[in-house]
Amino acid sequence: MRYIEPHAHMVSRTTDDYRQMALMGCVAISEPAFWAGWDRSTADGFEDYFRQLTEFEPRRAAVYGIKHYTWLCLNPKEGENRKLAREVIERIPKFLDRPNVLGIGEIGMNRNTRNELETFRDHVRLALDHHQLILIHTPHLEDKYKGTRLTILALLEFPGMDPSRVMIDHAEEHTAEMILSNGFRTGLTLYPETKVSLARAVDIVETYGFERIYVNSACDWGHSTPTAVPQFMMEMRRRGHSEDAIRKVVFENPIAFLRQSPHFVEPAAEESVAVGAV
Amino acid sequence: MKSPLTTTQIVDEYFIENRHRLLDIAAFLDRLERSADGQDAGADFRVRAFRSALEILVDGLDDRARRVHMIFSDPTNEPRAALDRKAAYGAYKEA
Repeated sequence: MRYIEPHAHMVSRTTDDYRQMALMGCVAISEPAFWAGWDRSTADGFEDYFRQLTEFEPRRAAVYGIKHYTWLCLNPKEGENRKLAREVIERIPKFLDRPNVLGIGEIGMNRNTRNELETFRDHVRLALDHHQLILIHTPHLEDKYKGTRLTILALLEFPGMDPSRVMIDHAEEHTAEMILSNGFRTGLTLYPETKVSLARAVDIVETYGFERIYVNSACDWGHSTPTAVPQFMMEMRRRGHSEDAIRKVVFENPIAFLRQSPHFVEPAAEESVAVGAV
Repeated sequence: MKSPLTTTQIVDEYFIENRHRLLDIAAFLDRLERSADGQDAGADFRVRAFRSALEILVDGLDDRARRVHMIFSDPTNEPRAALDRKAAYGAYKEA
């Protein structure tokens, strides 16, 4: 079955990962801007990163027949630095017309500080001013509940906010309900230790239903699994779910969100791919 | 929605791996008691939260996963004044 990986930090992954994902049916990846594991020191450093995301990475993915998309921002881990955040946000608009850019992300909070919240609001304003989709990171571990709550409250402050254009990612059992009940889309991140396991992800889908929800690996430079989405598909089968139900979560729901960007090209019908495959 | 699996099917499918996890937790607690310095693990806020979470597993009520999350979660509403560290601890540490 074909699938879409809606959240993967491929600049941190090897070419073998692209190959493996392609072999498992991945046809498109969306890559949010991320923290490098250390704080970048200048806005110029971010520009170089945005060029990597919009120029080099799509070519690397294309070798394996995978369409690469991206999201731009200063990541929540760096959101405390307001001066740098303002400088980076000023430079983002010139990249928004690039053909693989889907929107602003992954923005949000890390330790739920006042500065992080202000940097988040600046990013949301940027997205709304430029009619961009929004991809949101919710914090880790003990910070997730409070951070998700602050995020939703901040989003609802913006007049005319359309929740169907906002993905609030990394939901777990204690945050999925507040995200979905406010009309936003949500993602479940399949991690070996933190975030959710395969079995828990299926539990959450069974609990909250198959609408406005997708799964991702959020693979990066840390402990993570680039093939987590196909593993989720196996877990769904183990649980007795139909192929149609699986396809909805791993293929149709990501498309329903991402197609709202004019830059997203819907994958060709299965038959066309088979005939046209090289 | 309900799980598509029956009770017996769920047990058949998931018992062994969860038995394994339970033993891992038991061994973790034993390991704490065998620590090199013999310090009381309960002095650590993370272990105290962990022990509170274990009580939820056997209280006979539902919604366990969400309630375990809430044991570990920051219950406050106001944003932090400033960044204290980059990484989360895993359990809420009162200031």
